[in-house]
Amino acid sequence: MNRDELEAKVRTLLVDLAPEFEAEEIEADEDLREQLDIDSMDLHQLAGTLYETYGVDIPESERAGLTTLRSIVDWVLPRIS
Amino acid sequence: MPSLGADMERGVLVEWLVNAGETVKRGDLIAVVETDKGAIEVEVWTAGTVTELAVDEGADVPVGTVLARIAEEGETVVVVPVAPVVLVAAEPVTTPAPEASAPPPSPPSAPAPTQGRASPWARHLAAERGVDLAGLTGTGPGGAIVGVDVPDAAPKRAPKKAKGGPDLDAMRRAVARAMERSKREIPHYYLGTEIDMGPALAWLERTNASLPPPERLLSAVLLLRATALAVTKVPEMNGFWRDGQLEVAPDVHLGVAISLRGGGLVSPALLHADQLDLGGLMRGLNDLVRRARRGRLRGSEMMDSTLTMTSMGDRGVSDIQGIIYPPQVAIVGFGRAVERPWVVDGAVVPRPVMRVTLAGDHRAHDGHRGGLYLAEIQKLLENPESLT
Repeated sequence: MNRDELEAKVRTLLVDLAPEFEAEEIEADEDLREQLDIDSMDLHQLAGTLYETYGVDIPESERAGLTTLRSIVDWVLPRIS
Repeated sequence: MPSLGADMERGVLVEWLVNAGETVKRGDLIAVVETDKGAIEVEVWTAGTVTELAVDEGADVPVGTVLARIAEEGETVVVVPVAPVVLVAAEPVTTPAPEASAPPPSPPSAPAPTQGRASPWARHLAAERGVDLAGLTGTGPGGAIVGVDVPDAAPKRAPKKAKGGPDLDAMRRAVARAMERSKREIPHYYLGTEIDMGPALAWLERTNASLPPPERLLSAVLLLRATALAVTKVPEMNGFWRDGQLEVAPDVHLGVAISLRGGGLVSPALLHADQLDLGGLMRGLNDLVRRARRGRLRGSEMMDSTLTMTSMGDRGVSDIQGIIYPPQVAIVGFGRAVERPWVVDGAVVPRPVMRVTLAGDHRAHDGHRGGLYLAEIQKLLENPESLT
């Protein structure tokens, strides 16, 4: 999977959590909590889906740093390539 | 039309999930009702055969209107409201109840086949969208195909907030009505205390380390568990103020304040929250939040809350003074855990400290009992093994 494909998938997962938004509206470098008004429950569901889809387990200690679409893709991509 | 909350006056019967002639059992979903708080799935609380759907799909009717008639087995036809609360109709019932001497109805026609069933609304949507019902999997009673199972023929580019979510303007008005009533009628008292969340968060980290990500617990689940369990020590926090007196509820149906993107607020119940373990509460909360934000809650979840819990920690708020949702008699609020100096064994150490507050109905109980309730929540959270 290349970067564009992964980013498209993560956009889809985020829109599933926040259906009021369109995938292409999500800014890669904006804080997702502020941009999409998502909360810890949403991020918990996202982490669970990433685990079930790609087998990646984002440690609780690192989640605080994964606040943007780009940072999530940056973290996941090397672990599934 | 059931009253799905103290602030509900009317509702639109969006879709029938059963047909006349079908048998139903207690707990079956029989209809979808659109309210100010979104689409609500309505359960039936009796078993029998549906003899009449008294309201057409699309009808906007007041609370109390008879929606369906169900013949109980071996009995003459009775008017069976879809929820107990309909028995105290707030508005004139538009369909008269039959007289006690009314003759029994003719037997229903042959029951619908169990295979390939679809609600009238689902058939309508399928025809409109050119979808073949034969290829769909039903999620309605007995596997029947209902409206939500029919895919949109042109699913992309749906307008914002048009994916089944609630009308936020209408929801705002509903919240306004409930909160006005609360502040007008309920003499609130307010209490608060601080909890050292260090033990609970450390326990959570240890527990989550052994669980796969989808099964991990959020700290909110510990707060829910403590709020529900503490009721056993101070039961008068859990119930309703009705007819000038407190009715203590036998079960704990814990209302959870869920904020919706765009400004809405809804407080559906985690039913029998005191009987759910932490994993069950996590799954229940996950499901409730997901459905609340898609406007797909159930009638019992909207009607039956006996106590409400709100957590504002996610929004960085350290303290909340709640407003009681009538006719309930208390609301518990949790803020954000903040690293603060804390004295342990005579030494000052940094600890994550969370403020918990209680707004109580002073007609139903006093500050002393409220204080005991908060103390029990504090004790449970500072000894997290007691929550398992």
